[in-house]
Amino acid sequence: MAYSLDKIAVDDLFKKWGEDYLIYGPTLIKNTGRLSDTDSVRYDEVRSIDDLELNLKSDYSFKDVILPISEVLFYYNEDGMMVPKQKHNGAIIFLRSCDLHALDRLDQMFMENGKPDFYYTRLRENLKFVLIPCSKSFENCFCVSMNSNVPKNYNLTIEEIDGEYVFESKDEYFTKFFSGSKELDYTVPYVKENDIKVEHVEKINNLAITKSEMWREYDSRCIACGRCTLVCPTCTCWTMQDIHYGDNQKAGERRRVQASCMVDNFDRVAGGHVYREKNGDRMRYKALHKISDHRERYGVDMCIGCGRCDDICPEYISFSTILNKIAKESE
Amino acid sequence: MITNEYLPFSSKVLKVTKHTPMEHTYTMEFAGAKDVVPGQFFELSLPKYGEAPISVSGIGENSVDLTVRSIGVVTDELFKYEAGRHLYIRGPYGNGFIADDYKESELLVIAGGTGVSPVKAIIDYFGNHNDEVKSMSIITGFKSKDDQLFREDFKRWGKQMNVTLTFDRGDETKENIGLVTKYIPSVKVNNFDDAKAIVVGPPIMMKFAVKGLIERGYKEENIWISHERRMSCGLGKCGHCRVNSTYICLDGPVFNYTVGKDLID
Repeated sequence: MAYSLDKIAVDDLFKKWGEDYLIYGPTLIKNTGRLSDTDSVRYDEVRSIDDLELNLKSDYSFKDVILPISEVLFYYNEDGMMVPKQKHNGAIIFLRSCDLHALDRLDQMFMENGKPDFYYTRLRENLKFVLIPCSKSFENCFCVSMNSNVPKNYNLTIEEIDGEYVFESKDEYFTKFFSGSKELDYTVPYVKENDIKVEHVEKINNLAITKSEMWREYDSRCIACGRCTLVCPTCTCWTMQDIHYGDNQKAGERRRVQASCMVDNFDRVAGGHVYREKNGDRMRYKALHKISDHRERYGVDMCIGCGRCDDICPEYISFSTILNKIAKESE
Repeated sequence: MITNEYLPFSSKVLKVTKHTPMEHTYTMEFAGAKDVVPGQFFELSLPKYGEAPISVSGIGENSVDLTVRSIGVVTDELFKYEAGRHLYIRGPYGNGFIADDYKESELLVIAGGTGVSPVKAIIDYFGNHNDEVKSMSIITGFKSKDDQLFREDFKRWGKQMNVTLTFDRGDETKENIGLVTKYIPSVKVNNFDDAKAIVVGPPIMMKFAVKGLIERGYKEENIWISHERRMSCGLGKCGHCRVNSTYICLDGPVFNYTVGKDLID
């Protein structure tokens, strides 16, 4: 059932939800965009509907809510180690369809690849997802090609229509807040076509693709800044990092911090050997992981077609173009 | 409740064996030693300095050997530790060399430099269980006599199996000089259906040693290799050791060559 509420009523809901959950959603941050005098949309805690950016595409994904960019695994001193309390005991996350699909990929990495991850799993418990539906495609999106356009596994939807907020609840927790609210007929919209389309290749010949000349373009064009992996909702790699406190050399913390296969040192082993020196080879490593390599292990592509990597790239590299080039090379 | 696999546990340094100024073996107390498989690895974990993946080079009753080259922040700090002190480790991780794969074979192990560490426990095993293989040979290479590891073990192996020890440089009148590949043609093989080989070392050495074996008549499915990658977690989570759809820490580090040959970084 769908309900329509005015802004004052919605703010009241946020207050009530806030008593039970932390609320995360996309927020507009002025003058932090890729280019000067542009804004960016990033995830942060939201306290009212005014904090929430419902109309623009978010430049960064929701992933750091459950996979913080830097996360303390334990504090240490000469007596031993202490695991920090978790950042939240439950959260409501506002996100779009593609990101709901991205969540599956994060779950695959942290709950299925080897034993379940202690830190991820405890933040993953007790999450509620509020879908921000897409009535039309944004720039650089190719969700239809990646099968992430149809939303799934959400608890609630929110859409602003003519100054009112329309909700559809699939969860008892949320439904109880709408008793007495104005009811209406509502169908959750989703994107049925993107301008950008990506061709799928069932079986990729790794050896042939690796030898392809197509990667050489990225040797110089890609500057290995790693922004694409930072904004990617399905990039999960991280590196262990120990820091010690300046005034006590024996106390400190071990963290895991987000890492990028596009950046130097990702694959450097003791003694200095590096497996992928060229930026084009790193691009290949990343691109194939996003499609065939992950699919081989988990049956789905890792890439969900949000196009955030294209939005953020300072060199205007298009990932969808790369995927289409791979398809062409595989013919 | 899910176990926190990231918390290392305290382990006592029982013995330090100094092979070279750069390479020491740390015999670490470990109650679960009987379940450790040759070729697995541990994360050596020194809070403040970080972690480093280290192969198991020996398995005792209640201990594991970790052979370490002092080459980075963690390992440099480790070299300050003497027997009796405690440090942190976690593991074991990875699949390792499964003894059953090599039983009843004419087994050849080729290893170079620190690549001898991950195969040392499997050499030990078949050295002590000579009756489980038809024959046992090893070809090991080091840069020079001064760089040789496990000198005491080589004395024992010399009585248990055919040992070829070679150096990249040195005095040709006193020792074998040359790469490990030079000695592949002279390995005695009675039946190539039974001939199995393990190859571990730097990537370039593994490539040419495997090539030499195949030219010699070894079957691809009878060759095993062990891969080294930068593993931050050992748990299949950090992503550093992924090659194609394979996570070296979970699916490896030991691979049959038919699988390992298709891994493209």
